Amino acid sequence: MATWDFRSEAGKGFAVSQPTLPILARVGARSMDVLAEAGANATLAAAVAAGGGRLLLGRARVRAVDFATHLLDAGPRAWAVVSVVNFLIGAVLAYIGATELRPFGAENYVPSLTAVASVREISSVMTAIVMAGRTGGAYAARIASMQGNDEIAALQTAGIPLDDFVLLPAIASLCLMMPILYLAGVFTAILGGLSIATATLGLTAAGYLHETFAAVPPGFFVFGAVKSIVFAALIGVTSCRAGLKSTRSAAAVGEAATRAVVANIIGIIAVDAIFAAIAGACGF
Amino acid sequence: MSISTRREECAPVISLRDVTLCQGLRTIQRHLSFDVRAGSVFAIMGASGSGKSTALRSMIGLLAPQSGAMLVGGRDYWASSASDRARIDRRFGVLFQSGALWSSLTVAENVALPMQMLTNMDKSAIRRMVQLKLALVGLEDACELLPGQLSGGMVKRAGLARALALDPEILFLDEPSSGLDPISARHIDDLILDLRDSLHKTIVIVSHDLASLFATADDGIFLDGRAHTAIAHGSPAALRDRSEDQRVQAFMRRGELIVTRMKEVV
Repeated sequence: MATWDFRSEAGKGFAVSQPTLPILARVGARSMDVLAEAGANATLAAAVAAGGGRLLLGRARVRAVDFATHLLDAGPRAWAVVSVVNFLIGAVLAYIGATELRPFGAENYVPSLTAVASVREISSVMTAIVMAGRTGGAYAARIASMQGNDEIAALQTAGIPLDDFVLLPAIASLCLMMPILYLAGVFTAILGGLSIATATLGLTAAGYLHETFAAVPPGFFVFGAVKSIVFAALIGVTSCRAGLKSTRSAAAVGEAATRAVVANIIGIIAVDAIFAAIAGACGF
Repeated sequence: MSISTRREECAPVISLRDVTLCQGLRTIQRHLSFDVRAGSVFAIMGASGSGKSTALRSMIGLLAPQSGAMLVGGRDYWASSASDRARIDRRFGVLFQSGALWSSLTVAENVALPMQMLTNMDKSAIRRMVQLKLALVGLEDACELLPGQLSGGMVKRAGLARALALDPEILFLDEPSSGLDPISARHIDDLILDLRDSLHKTIVIVSHDLASLFATADDGIFLDGRAHTAIAHGSPAALRDRSEDQRVQAFMRRGELIVTRMKEVV
């Protein structure tokens, strides 16, 4: 059974901050740390994937109450902020579209522009960025705080699998809730576009929605939903790793949250670019 | 230097052999060798920053030594496979200096979690065991409180109840009485002696609390932060009465020195 073994990191580290080390030794130590970090991330991702498999088979010892709490936090409690952001993005897209397309008499394309951009790209990315800041940062801070209070060490010495108690409930609930949040984001982005289009272009709500649904094939929704699940896994693993990596101090909590959010945002954009390249190569 | 103790006849359950502990490139302790005997209270003593907690973290599996061996029941802990180490870990119970209670869980849930996650006990059996463990430390009325609602002494006692959850053979207690008022500290000391005498637990204590050390420890080592190793072996009383090392004497007789100086001033 693959589980995250905290002891695998115990006592390791290459002390790159030692100022007395020669420059080559410091470069070597830094390289070793980067490689070790990549390995640790991959190990954590594999442990979480294996844990996800055990969860699906009903073999993971995840506490139902923890899972429900995380589901509530990553879903309903995040819905409002995700909706507001996507509503505003939809409105901005429609406004820019209206401004640019009106000189060509092509303002009727505003609904399709807003819908395609939201469904295929913007809603999944914006939802992921919001969740990276909101939930990813919280995961990193919570785990870093547990690290500082020796709660993680207590799990380790008690023999309680870290992935079952801490990692799986958080990451699995995020992966379950992100596609739903994405769909909620798409819905509110379309509403945002509709509100601007009806106010500034004189389009009717029925006409706007007709144009919207005509422009978006169902495959785009699947594409966006799959991306949102990948983003969720990325946010979950990166954030938990940032927390686990933190040192045992109060300042480390803030540093872990910051590191998680920055790494997540860069990761989300990089993964989105990879998805775009793959979709382009496949003619999607 | 080794000074004999009254429990020397018992077999060692943990033996450290020439252990060197590092954090990064910094050596914390080197050439540590000692035996923890079954059914005894073994103290790791020393001033703040001498490496006591680091030694304990290595003994409970959180810090791999740079070199040397830790034998638990004759098996080299750090040379064992992960699954073997996990089996050995089941023989350990740990009370961390901060208590390290899982902050999102109530006191009862903290004690119950190891049983839920690691045994096949049913809910009613777990509930009974939790009540038993909490009664043992005098916290039967605090079941539903969260760690944030507890006093320092209650946190230590709840941590001790959690450490006892799976009936471990060996208990590791990191500064069990630090930061407590004298009455709470005395209560913890009495608990430690009860656990040794009634339940025959082997207990390893990290502490610089002299009153607690004299009251509980049968044997121990004295770590020095400058020498980066153990400079004396023996019970606290034996170290105080018979050690010729000035550093040990300065530590073990600190209270008496302060009183003497006060008398001189008066």
